[in-house]
Amino acid sequence: MALIDLSKKEVHCKVVYYGPGRCGKTTNLLYIHKAMDDKDRGKMLTIDTKGDRTLFFDLLPLNLGKISGFDIRIQLYTVPGQVMYEATRSLVLKGCDGLVYVADPLKVRQERNIEGLEDLRRNLEKNHLDLSKMPIVLQYNKRDLCDTPVPTLSIEELEQDLNSQLNTSYFEATATTGVGVFETLSEITKKTVRYVAEKHLLTNVD
Amino acid sequence: MADFVITAQSQEKAGSLIVNSLINAGVKTALLIDSAGNVLANCGHEQQDLDIDAISLAALAAASLAATSQIAKLIGEDDFSLLFHKGKNGNIHFGRVGEELILITIFGDDVSLGLIRCRVAELADTLAQIFEG
Repeated sequence: MALIDLSKKEVHCKVVYYGPGRCGKTTNLLYIHKAMDDKDRGKMLTIDTKGDRTLFFDLLPLNLGKISGFDIRIQLYTVPGQVMYEATRSLVLKGCDGLVYVADPLKVRQERNIEGLEDLRRNLEKNHLDLSKMPIVLQYNKRDLCDTPVPTLSIEELEQDLNSQLNTSYFEATATTGVGVFETLSEITKKTVRYVAEKHLLTNVD
Repeated sequence: MADFVITAQSQEKAGSLIVNSLINAGVKTALLIDSAGNVLANCGHEQQDLDIDAISLAALAAASLAATSQIAKLIGEDDFSLLFHKGKNGNIHFGRVGEELILITIFGDDVSLGLIRCRVAELADTLAQIFEG
């Protein structure tokens, strides 16, 4: 649910990074936080859960400049990926305006990727949102593993598994080193802002 | 869940209601947020030199209230009507405003919880009317 503040001329949108456990959602946010100027980003909020898994969510607020005179402020959220935290994922999805689905390339995680997308569809429905109408971008993370002996999924396999119905843009990424991170962010931001602006015809607002 | 559009008029009206009812009664900060964690109005702390990270506070408060609702459902309740945390020097109260909004109030020991609960309850309908129609 976007917030449009006509008095301050600001648009606030919520983008959620979704995906199976250990796929690199928090790593994306950490890289963005590290790479952006202080003036363009707020404090990164991570709920300390004694371990490297996200238990509730991470939040990173960003200022992304102006469109049609409106300051665009995006809040990036992650969800806990582990299957058992479905209730928490549903809470974090409340009011989201855009989605990044981060997929794990490990062959052993193929089923988890597909289940994760189904879980996303289900949890959006609980929030009265429709996956086919939402701005979404796919990120095929950990592509650096393709050069190692670890069995990984090819882009064709990932596309077949995850993108055959969505038909959306995808990005190959290695979030630990930043490859593809900003390309993903830039695309989902554009899609989300366009989605919100078209809904509210912001270009016609004085 | 529809998007919120805030106009200068609605923000001014809500701001002055919150200031008159809560800030003038001794509350340090009052934040009106939506259940997705967006800040709709932020009153009070500027006058008192408090450095509050409103964005993080709003996100955590929205999540905390949503989690509390789920806890309520697990024990067969619809929702808990009161969410309040007491600290050494400061206290925080969360009150629901209409279907989608939350009013967060931060206050010291010089203000009673009873007063906050009364004022938040009084404000809730008017604020809901302003933003939710």
